[in-house]
Amino acid sequence: MFALVDCNNFYASCERVFQPQFRNTPIAILSNNDGCVIARSDEAKKLGLPMGAPAFKYKQFFKENSIEVFSSNYPLYGDMSSRVMSILRQFSPDVEVYSIDEAFLVLNTIENDNLNKLGHEMRNRILQWTGLPTCVGIAPTKALTKISNKIARKFPKETGGIFVINSEEKRIKALKWTKIKDVWGIGRQLQKRLTQQNIKTAYDFTQLSDAWVKNNFSITELNLKKDLEGITTLTLEDDHPVKKSIATTRSFENTYTDINDIKERVATFANSCAEKLRKQNSNCNILLVLLQGNRFEETSQSYKNSTTIVLPHSTNSSLTIVNYATKAIETLYKKGIKYKRAGVIVTELVPTDNHQLDMFARENPKHQPLMKAIDDLNNKYGDQKLKLANQDLGKTWKMRQEHLSKQYTTQFNEILIIK
Amino acid sequence: MITEALTFFTPDTQESEGAIFFDTGIPCGFPSPADDFKQDRISLDRELIKNKEATFFARVSGQSMIGAGLDDNDLLVIDRSIAPTHNKIAVCFLDGEFTVKRLRVESDGVWLQPENPDYQPIQVTSENNFVIWGIVTNVVKKL
Repeated sequence: MFALVDCNNFYASCERVFQPQFRNTPIAILSNNDGCVIARSDEAKKLGLPMGAPAFKYKQFFKENSIEVFSSNYPLYGDMSSRVMSILRQFSPDVEVYSIDEAFLVLNTIENDNLNKLGHEMRNRILQWTGLPTCVGIAPTKALTKISNKIARKFPKETGGIFVINSEEKRIKALKWTKIKDVWGIGRQLQKRLTQQNIKTAYDFTQLSDAWVKNNFSITELNLKKDLEGITTLTLEDDHPVKKSIATTRSFENTYTDINDIKERVATFANSCAEKLRKQNSNCNILLVLLQGNRFEETSQSYKNSTTIVLPHSTNSSLTIVNYATKAIETLYKKGIKYKRAGVIVTELVPTDNHQLDMFARENPKHQPLMKAIDDLNNKYGDQKLKLANQDLGKTWKMRQEHLSKQYTTQFNEILIIK
Repeated sequence: MITEALTFFTPDTQESEGAIFFDTGIPCGFPSPADDFKQDRISLDRELIKNKEATFFARVSGQSMIGAGLDDNDLLVIDRSIAPTHNKIAVCFLDGEFTVKRLRVESDGVWLQPENPDYQPIQVTSENNFVIWGIVTNVVKKL
């Protein structure tokens, strides 16, 4: 049997653990730079606040509805997530962390009574130890746990947050209840084509013939169909798959016209990419730099350009990556445009320890120990105390985060104060 | 036709430092007599944190619990996995504010007992917005 454990409104719930006064208040969490709404509490959803709502357009809406607004506090969410995942590993050695707030588990009990009890134990332990509410879906396959989890979430009173699919009857009832658009892995395109075939529910989908699904779609959809039929085809995937590309793209807090301002931003983004590369022990071979004008301004809105650089050797050195990224800006920059957004993407990643040695061009061997020293210091003293000289030293925290809560669990000077 | 195999040499770009530094023990002489008795060094983390997933830190503000040894600015180690019972010192959330007090479960209900004669015990009623947030297991003081 598989279980899917999903934290309810994870970001909002994390904020509530440390600010319980907002337990019943509608909450909205904003994206990096306080751009748009990326997470909502149930109360905020009920008020009709849409996902992705631009914060500046909804200022009045937040006020009128007394919605408590937070900037995203990823250090806090990351720590709370790792607590949840580590509690789940106490229930099963086989855990797949699917996202920051959900995980699949392989369960080895077969008795139906025990499964329900086990689900309650997981839920209660996570709630008591971390303060985070979850829902647990248990079923014979991964795709079915997605559905049972949804049922648990939708009917909290009836299910107590746990739903087990452990009979044919329950499976069919659950599939008939599930709209095709809500099936895990059915994207918008696929959904359109299925609706044309008059496929409205997950159950309808399973009534199609294997051959038809395979011929009209692909093996992926066929596997999904089998999983929905209760035949295990999808298994746990490895934890922490190494990312194939890393991106840091952001809007600026103001528009910039001076090339030096843009270079500084791009240096910071490139440095952040290099740090992430080192964290996952990768080097990159290709660098993409993007630059975009202000979308709300007539002469600048159409400007959007990017360039790709093939690096002479694979690297994760901030010095090298920042150097190439800022050079790229010189080719992308045009006078007279108000720039609002830039990005750096590193791709063609290879593991650091077996990158090819190029006879003629290779990294200065001093970079590696230097980067390690920088990373160690920044880990110890908090974010970005040590920077490269082409990053702006005056601007210590560039992201707009007007509603940021404390980093209660990762910074000593920000822990809870208790009277 | 015979093609001779090519041998590539990678140039050594490392600059000489003049002397070579060994950071491991020199592999000769007598082994340390302590090697067989090696133990992990004492760790405060291990001592103070019994359940790391459920442990949080907080700082005390004020002296309402001075009698229990909790002074202004002391660091609290809070374990959320411990069941709240009579006489435990608990971090509670009461009517919009965090507070640390000793729990007293009496026949007339739950009381939050300060350990300072200047403060009054608080009876928790159904009128209160009340949550027991976690149990204090240790206090760390800076001298």
